[in-house]
Amino acid sequence: MSARAVILRVAALLLLVAFVTAPQLFAFAFAPLTANDAPAIYNQGSLLALTLSHVRIVVLATLASTVLAVTLGIFVTRPGGREFLPLSRSLVNIGQTFPPIAVLAIAVPLVGFGEKPTFIALFLYGLLPIFENTLAGLTDVSPRTLEAARGMGMNARQRLWQVELPLALPVILAGIRLSVIISLGTATIGSTVAAKGLGEVIIAGLQSNNVAFILQGGLVVALLAVLIHDGLGLAERATARRLGRPVDEIA
Amino acid sequence: MNTISSRTTAPGMHTLRPHLHLDRLGSVIAGLMGLALFASPFVTYRANRIVSGEGRMLFDALPPAGALITIAVVLGVALCAVLAHRPLVRLAAASLGLCVIFPAVGFSAGFVTPAGNGFARVSPAIGFWLLALAFALLAADALTRLRLGPWGRLVALSIAAGALTLLLLSGAWGDLSLMKEYANRADSFWREARQHLWLAFGSMLAACLVGLPLGLASHRVPALRAALLQGLSIVQTIPSIALFGILIAPLGFLAANVPLAAALGIRGIGAAPAFIALFLYSLLPVVANTMAGLCQVPADVIEAARGMGMSRRQRLVQIELPLALPVILAGIRIVLVQNLGLATIAALIGGGGFGTFVFQGIGQTAIDLVLLGAIPTVALSFAAAIILDAVIDLTRRGAHDRD
Repeated sequence: MSARAVILRVAALLLLVAFVTAPQLFAFAFAPLTANDAPAIYNQGSLLALTLSHVRIVVLATLASTVLAVTLGIFVTRPGGREFLPLSRSLVNIGQTFPPIAVLAIAVPLVGFGEKPTFIALFLYGLLPIFENTLAGLTDVSPRTLEAARGMGMNARQRLWQVELPLALPVILAGIRLSVIISLGTATIGSTVAAKGLGEVIIAGLQSNNVAFILQGGLVVALLAVLIHDGLGLAERATARRLGRPVDEIA
Repeated sequence: MNTISSRTTAPGMHTLRPHLHLDRLGSVIAGLMGLALFASPFVTYRANRIVSGEGRMLFDALPPAGALITIAVVLGVALCAVLAHRPLVRLAAASLGLCVIFPAVGFSAGFVTPAGNGFARVSPAIGFWLLALAFALLAADALTRLRLGPWGRLVALSIAAGALTLLLLSGAWGDLSLMKEYANRADSFWREARQHLWLAFGSMLAACLVGLPLGLASHRVPALRAALLQGLSIVQTIPSIALFGILIAPLGFLAANVPLAAALGIRGIGAAPAFIALFLYSLLPVVANTMAGLCQVPADVIEAARGMGMSRRQRLVQIELPLALPVILAGIRIVLVQNLGLATIAALIGGGGFGTFVFQGIGQTAIDLVLLGAIPTVALSFAAAIILDAVIDLTRRGAHDRD
């Protein structure tokens, strides 16, 4: 990574931290966007607390989806689970046509308002990219490599942990990254069903016709997404480099 | 394990199979059906639209004969799922199951509602949804194993769509709460449907008109490539409701100060910001895929075309674009499915679409109203995905024929 790129990212991180901890410092930038003496900075709660709960629900949901999706991905690629492989492939395809808001809206009557429906929607929606990439990563391991591992006397468990999963890791990480980015955006919609998060800021702005609020909420989410996207991208490249693979191979 | 399953799927081998082979996936699906049938309510009865309801098991939800027939059919399908291996048999069983429970739930609504009670509401409950899920899984698995070609998939989709239309037109679902919500809003339903389609397809067309030339330009000019892709990627990270909201301000300003804009129906809130937001989200997949499609055209093919004396324009129109078409269409598929889903959010800023019912439903905690918005959205994205996947397969085949 070039020096300029590093500086840009550090600057973005500092800007984000400064903005959520001391938003009043930035009031001058947002003031021109308000009308009729409306507040320039979100004043119905702490931006820091909202950001943290936004990140928390995304991280928890992604962790849960990662555990389940990777387990399922491993299961359907083992001999005992092969019968489930064709269906699971189609399900991933079909599942991605469900809009997140529909999942969210259907979850509300089942579990009530608040964090729960948002968690369910993020969890279910996050499963798909991770599962898809786990499948791609595990089925892409060349039969020759596996044969060699078998020849070295590795049993099925050793082949999985020492050969297949390490080789699939960069692709799985790419799936997790995609899932996190989708979840960060979807979590803002969660505020329409009363989940704590940055969507609250945006919706408060929509309701009071205050563009400054909308912009603040949107910018914080966008900065978070760009930084997390970059950070996870670095992790992927590091694992890919350890495998001695060209970086371009992971999309 | 591998050898067994490959043997059982080979045609003609079924009668020779020495042992009964239980299908694992089928067993899971059958378990799901058992759970739905004997441990979950089939429909929910509510005294009026918003109070919480009470579940009715299948036996209380249908007259005895109807309940017996339904149970017999479900058990038969479960048996097929566990024992039958031919995809066609499994598909037929799953379709039969769907053809029984869908009318049954409508019939059950008429049976459960007390005569002359206009306020009572009956909705499908978890048992119905589980059964529908189990049958759909069985059908999806069978269809996957049949490896239908693009035309076969289109035919399967039209049969499903035809059956659903028939069910809705027949009035068999008339007593269900979902259809009562629809009957109360039939006019606005079709208005919002048109609006939803206009938002999704209109912004997709606009993105194609702008994105294709942009993709072409950045394929030719590498300097443009990085900047354009980076800019468009950043747009994608802005959450949808924020982007919709941010656009309200400049459009409101435009409407207030430029008479022509106001005359065109552009206002700060409403469809205009939603349309532009969807357009901006759509640009990245169109531009990126146009570029990727053009990049993967083999250099020697272009060289050969040049050798044949084709001009730059001829090469583009006759060689590069046709060869890039499947990849470009894959981008358009992403855009269309994404737009059909995102257009639901437009309702938050007064842009209309099916989201209107979803958000109204959330506000009134009326799940049937939510479903009235959510089901058509999901059905549309689903159909769009299948149709475009089939078209992509057809063009890919065409591109190979030309090779």
